[in-house]
Amino acid sequence: MVAKPGLDGHDRGARIIARAYRDAGFEVVYTGLHQTPEEIVEAAIQEDVDMLGLSSLAGAHMYLFPRVVTLLREKGAEDIVVCGGGIFPDADIPKLKAEGVKAIFTPGSSLEEITRWAEENVHPRGIS
Amino acid sequence: MRGTGDHWSGKGYTMSLTFNRDIFGDIAEGNERWEETCRDSFSCKPERRKRFTTVSDKDIKGLYSPEDIKDQNFMKDLAFPGQYPFTRGVQPSMYRGRLWTMRMFAGLGSAVDTNRRFHLLVKEGQTGLSTAFDMPTLMGYDSDSPKARGECGKCGVAINTLRDMEDLFAGLPINSITTSMTINPPAAVIWGMYIAMAEKRGIDRGLLGGTIQNDMLKEFTAQKTFMCPPEPSLRIITDTVEFGTREVPKWNTISISGYHIREAGSTAVQELAFTLADGIAYTQAAIERGLQVDDFAPRFSFFFNSHLDFFEEIAKFRAARRMWAKIMKERFKAKNPRSWWLRFHTQTAGCSLTAQQPYNNVVRTALQALAAVLGGTQSLHTNSLDEVLAIPTEEAATIALRTQQIIAEESGVANTIDPLGGSYFLEALTNQMEEEAFEIIRKIDDMGGMLSAIEKNYPQQEIADAAYRYQRYIDEKERTVVGVNKYVTEEDIPVEILEIDEELERLQIAKTQRIKNDRDSGKLRECLDKVAEACSGDQNVMEPIIEAVKADATLQEVCDVFRNVFGEYRDPGIY
Repeated sequence: MVAKPGLDGHDRGARIIARAYRDAGFEVVYTGLHQTPEEIVEAAIQEDVDMLGLSSLAGAHMYLFPRVVTLLREKGAEDIVVCGGGIFPDADIPKLKAEGVKAIFTPGSSLEEITRWAEENVHPRGIS
Repeated sequence: MRGTGDHWSGKGYTMSLTFNRDIFGDIAEGNERWEETCRDSFSCKPERRKRFTTVSDKDIKGLYSPEDIKDQNFMKDLAFPGQYPFTRGVQPSMYRGRLWTMRMFAGLGSAVDTNRRFHLLVKEGQTGLSTAFDMPTLMGYDSDSPKARGECGKCGVAINTLRDMEDLFAGLPINSITTSMTINPPAAVIWGMYIAMAEKRGIDRGLLGGTIQNDMLKEFTAQKTFMCPPEPSLRIITDTVEFGTREVPKWNTISISGYHIREAGSTAVQELAFTLADGIAYTQAAIERGLQVDDFAPRFSFFFNSHLDFFEEIAKFRAARRMWAKIMKERFKAKNPRSWWLRFHTQTAGCSLTAQQPYNNVVRTALQALAAVLGGTQSLHTNSLDEVLAIPTEEAATIALRTQQIIAEESGVANTIDPLGGSYFLEALTNQMEEEAFEIIRKIDDMGGMLSAIEKNYPQQEIADAAYRYQRYIDEKERTVVGVNKYVTEEDIPVEILEIDEELERLQIAKTQRIKNDRDSGKLRECLDKVAEACSGDQNVMEPIIEAVKADATLQEVCDVFRNVFGEYRDPGIY
């Protein structure tokens, strides 16, 4: 699942990534814009996704990303792999990883690199 | 060409008559000889690439000659600056009369913080103001809304109440400087606050000059700040056009924007076509309201992107002017030459900046700014080198402003009007872009206009396709991005980043809540009811909005009225 948390409207990246995953053979759900963390987590559980990619380009990632991770944990869905993409100050990246975001992709990451990471690091839930 | 100067003297001759028959024969022959030489691999190196294309993937020939513009008619297609169809510029004297307005987009943190940045920019020689709002404000939410958590002041200034608006413009000469406000779904409310702020200072609304972006159609296709569905959005916009025409005649009521369409990944031709198609829709709506085209059309302005491909951008600006003049005169039968004018603001392409080797962004921005100036822009924002990473620091914003000042006062390009006019290549490209853009507009007309094209997701899908194609080209190194897929360096280049204090959110919420506690709640209720009444009926919403914000109604409170009456729009999530 590719999701856009918060009010940020920059969706060019998220939509390109959704299409790149699809072209790489993944089944993709794109939430569309302006989703609250609660809405995203509910949708991810309902759709039974294996991975959740969060996109943010407007600076609210330090609140929104950890909030999604926390909610997943509260719902017992912490095995959904969360990664993030967008614009983040360097100093925020280790903090986001410490909060449980498994990978962060910043400007200049190639589509191939992003889809390959998912191929190598994401496994269907329930199968280890 | 100058040798046959008579024919350039503006008598309406076609270009073919610029050259006598013998000369044309010579040109064809010369062209053939040249092509032959190029094919001869002994005397000429083979070409470096299979295709040479613009950043929009348009094929460009190796050479252009008079043959490429032989059907061009000087007076009909180009004419002189200030003359229909304005290909060479809207004002007769262009930059020799007055330079473009250097208008740097700024907004950060609180109204007081942004006010400080405005004062700095004015002191450094900026000639117009331009306001960036934070995400909650852009979407019609106050800083204390749960939806605003974590976003207050992050990518622009937070404006909740009239008090914020007063702080934002404190000490600035709003009666002499023009102010542009990039605001869309809540444009009517923000504009209402601006008018209320001016009136409290004793400035007559009729004297105010500036711009509200107020272009919802491109929000649905590109920038994606939403509130109500397309139809009621268009109705509120038409209210502002009607109100502006009557009450604030120096205000640009809509800034019809291609910028965001391009940033979302469209090609240059799509940017041109979708923007003008949006303009057609607004014009149509205002005429259906009963307004006379010549009363409101002169207050429509435009906003374009200046991207990486130098000549493609200049051609786009020239084609835009010619196309809009034709649309207004031929399609809408406008008689006032000012209705025919396409006046535009330009911003260099944010999406072209790279996080890698960020100082290269200064060079990219300079080239893009130069294209905008050679294309005859009326005002310009140059991006700062760090804008790909965060809101610009003061130092980065100053370099960006200096870039414009160097182009204006050192390079000499502002000495003469449309200096590239008459270039075989540029004229051919201008013609080609016009033709292709009109073809797209015809397609949109066939769908029943832009509103129904949007409902069919046509522009959204076209833009998504172009954006994906572009990213693929970069990944496959078909297109070079210096520092990203070529000339990559390993070391990190440190750039100072502006950080927004997290404390800001708490302070802003406290300020808004204080105002909410202090106001007359009976008066407020009455005012908001009047806004709701106007929305439900067919009364213009502007006066009730101005009264409501004067009674300290917050931005969100007025927007909630819109949402209650008209419903909310949700992103269909096309990719």
